[in-house]
Amino acid sequence: MTKRQKRLAFIVGGLALVGAAVGLVLFALKDNVSLYFTPTQVFNKEAPQGRSFRIGGLVEEGSVKREGDGLTVHFVVTDRVGTMPVVYKGILPDLFKEGKGIVAQGKLEADGVFHAEEVLAKHDENYMPPEAKDALDKAQKTQEKESAK
Amino acid sequence: MAINWFKYSAPSTFYGLAGKLIPWFALAALALFVAGMYVGFYVAPTDAVQGEAYRIMFIHVPASILSMFLYLIMAAYAALGLIFNTRLSSMMATAIAPTGALFAFISLWTGAFWGKPMWGAWWVWDARLTSELILLFLYLGFIALHASIDDPRRADRAAALLAIVGSVNVPIIYFSVKWWNTLHQGSTIKFSGTSMHVAMQQALLLMFLACWCYAIAVALARVRSIILERERATQWVGELKEVQS
Repeated sequence: MTKRQKRLAFIVGGLALVGAAVGLVLFALKDNVSLYFTPTQVFNKEAPQGRSFRIGGLVEEGSVKREGDGLTVHFVVTDRVGTMPVVYKGILPDLFKEGKGIVAQGKLEADGVFHAEEVLAKHDENYMPPEAKDALDKAQKTQEKESAK
Repeated sequence: MAINWFKYSAPSTFYGLAGKLIPWFALAALALFVAGMYVGFYVAPTDAVQGEAYRIMFIHVPASILSMFLYLIMAAYAALGLIFNTRLSSMMATAIAPTGALFAFISLWTGAFWGKPMWGAWWVWDARLTSELILLFLYLGFIALHASIDDPRRADRAAALLAIVGSVNVPIIYFSVKWWNTLHQGSTIKFSGTSMHVAMQQALLLMFLACWCYAIAVALARVRSIILERERATQWVGELKEVQS
């Protein structure tokens, strides 16, 4: 091999090794790299017990209830398999809506309710004007009706 | 006719070519930027979910893509310099680094300004944000390492290794939203198509091209300075009009 080929082989081989090492480390730390746990993971006891963690999922339709003080909110987070009741006292982000994604940080207390200290809204990757969204929602509703028949 | 591909790999010939190209790329960057801003603010419709705040993506998304692409290009140039010992490749890598760092910074900065009104937080330690921050540190590390070694050829080699090892981070940034749970949303622009209104796409494309032209123009301007500095002892630099006057 010429010197150039040796250097090329050294770089390509080194890069493959570093890539594999980083890949293995990230795979081993999978749960630590993920920002939140889903309700299903919490029920399978994969989430840390007795200390603060983040839970993520969709706010279940019709589950949002506000208390008289106007600040305390009760809602249910779902990943379409498991559900988790959440209580939060504070100001919610503007994008907080039923059926939309959120990530909440807090603790799972003994009463089985997740006491959140912070609630963040997660939006999706679709961008469209309101008219297009209305049309899409309508189309989805008629489709749901038809499939229900 | 045989094309001499290596003609412009000599710093002396590339210096002149770069000088001719810079004004064109600078002009194109300006024109595309103005057009992109116009389409972005006046033609693209309000978003159904995020209102007007989504418009920050017209700078956020191109800056993020450029920060990743420029890193790969920088690492490729650095590797070429390391393997073939070509002077110009290493100079190009050095010239690209500050622009890449700038785009990584813009990406993080505009992301924070987008995150506060939409998510409710300036910053979260999710995989996408953290890996992009690491990218910024890699750029800064590359620049600092190169600047800390006096002999430019040795500096090239040391910094090239850092750049090549760091390139592992780029696919991690790109796939982070797929591999892990993140607060950052998934990719809008995928190989299979986009999930976005047409006018928004056009604005994004214009801004993307504007950022490319800007990046090329400033990288070429920077590489010209680096060539002059490193080749100052050679005869051809001494014969340049701008050096003699």
